[in-house]
Amino acid sequence: MKTRSLVSIDDLSTEEILKILKLAAEFEKNPIRDILHGKVVATLFFEPSTRTRLSFESAVNKLGGKVIGFTDASSSSVSKGETLNDTIRTVNNYVDLIVMRHPIEGSARYASEISTVPVINAGDGANQHPTQTLLDLYSIMKTQGTLDNLNICMVGDLKYGRTVHSLLMAMSRWNTTFNFVAPDELMIPDEYKLYLDNLGLKYNETPDLNKVINQADIIYMTRVQRERFSDPMEYEKVKNAYVLHEHMLGETKPDMKILHPLPRVNEINPDVDSNVKAYYFEQALNGVYTRQAIICTLLGLK
Amino acid sequence: MKNLNDPKQLLVSAIESGTVIDHIPASTLFKVIKILGLDRIKNQITFGTNLDSKTDGKKAIIKIANKFFEDDDINRIALVAPNAKLNIIKDYKVVEKRVVAVPDTITAIAKCMNPKCITNFEKVTTRFRVVSKKPVALKCHYCEKITDQERLEII
Repeated sequence: MKTRSLVSIDDLSTEEILKILKLAAEFEKNPIRDILHGKVVATLFFEPSTRTRLSFESAVNKLGGKVIGFTDASSSSVSKGETLNDTIRTVNNYVDLIVMRHPIEGSARYASEISTVPVINAGDGANQHPTQTLLDLYSIMKTQGTLDNLNICMVGDLKYGRTVHSLLMAMSRWNTTFNFVAPDELMIPDEYKLYLDNLGLKYNETPDLNKVINQADIIYMTRVQRERFSDPMEYEKVKNAYVLHEHMLGETKPDMKILHPLPRVNEINPDVDSNVKAYYFEQALNGVYTRQAIICTLLGLK
Repeated sequence: MKNLNDPKQLLVSAIESGTVIDHIPASTLFKVIKILGLDRIKNQITFGTNLDSKTDGKKAIIKIANKFFEDDDINRIALVAPNAKLNIIKDYKVVEKRVVAVPDTITAIAKCMNPKCITNFEKVTTRFRVVSKKPVALKCHYCEKITDQERLEII
């Protein structure tokens, strides 16, 4: 690789992760800096993802850089049949860094091998979304003061949830204890349990959130999607079992925080929003600082 | 024709110098030929297939005159012929026997089973890390999904 890209969270050593989190904390203190003056960043969104794109664009703008790009494939030359190879080889002439979201898995790795400038994977299908994982880690670090020895309760769709899998893999570096709360159909896949077994980490599976909620330092909520169920009756049975309400938080740890990668639908009742333990909107703000840190790290700035 | 009573000798004649690859499953003979590029070289090649084998059911055998393989090259066939045995022949005599071993990485041979993988959309050379050798399981360098023995397809 000629340049440094960020495709998968596994591309980063533990030391590098901690460095990025430290830098993100500096950007939080002082987010407006002219570090990217004269730099151009491409946001190539082959499928729409408004939240992720705006977060990246905000990060670049706050650093004095310029953004060019497209917001979905229909407004790019892809609609004329251009290959990803050609798009990347062209665009890397115009910019200093590429942020890419693409529905095809592995597309970001491929782009990073072609591109002459760093590529940041902003999601490649169901595969990786490392900047989400880093902002999750930053949120955990910031609210708990450490990443070591925490209890993380993951709730909802643990089978297909990309953010859940990446966070699990990342947090397993810091002796985390996991509680997995999901219906049978959406339980964490065996390969991840095997992974934790091999590391000797503790985990527990249960369909009942109330059983484990009070042990949690972090509750990581995800959306249970109707289309994931083969039997619609199953969905109807479980859909309310994985909704967080304010009244469930009474006995939880004082510093516990609730995270959610967003968008939320109904899995967190709005009455939770005003509770001090609700952290999902601050988490989204942390995404901007984390992305500022990632961009500067890959460009070798600061 | 002193070996007239030995049917194997009749089916695939001996070579003076070169490599004999034996114990190839009959069903994967042509994949082995393709992986080793035997369809593109000028050497004399004889092969037999659907031969009876005591251990493998129906097997195939290939004899390539004046051709000797590096380990890295020959190990590429381990995916489709894991029990293949090589006899290196010089002056009609077997001077060395070798077996194949599944390598740690597989490049440009296997197809990723994930229909949503970039390698199935654009002209990308497939690359895998071998995460298990027996049974074979390959992790795609691009989409990071596992292709197992059952779903293994040779390009």
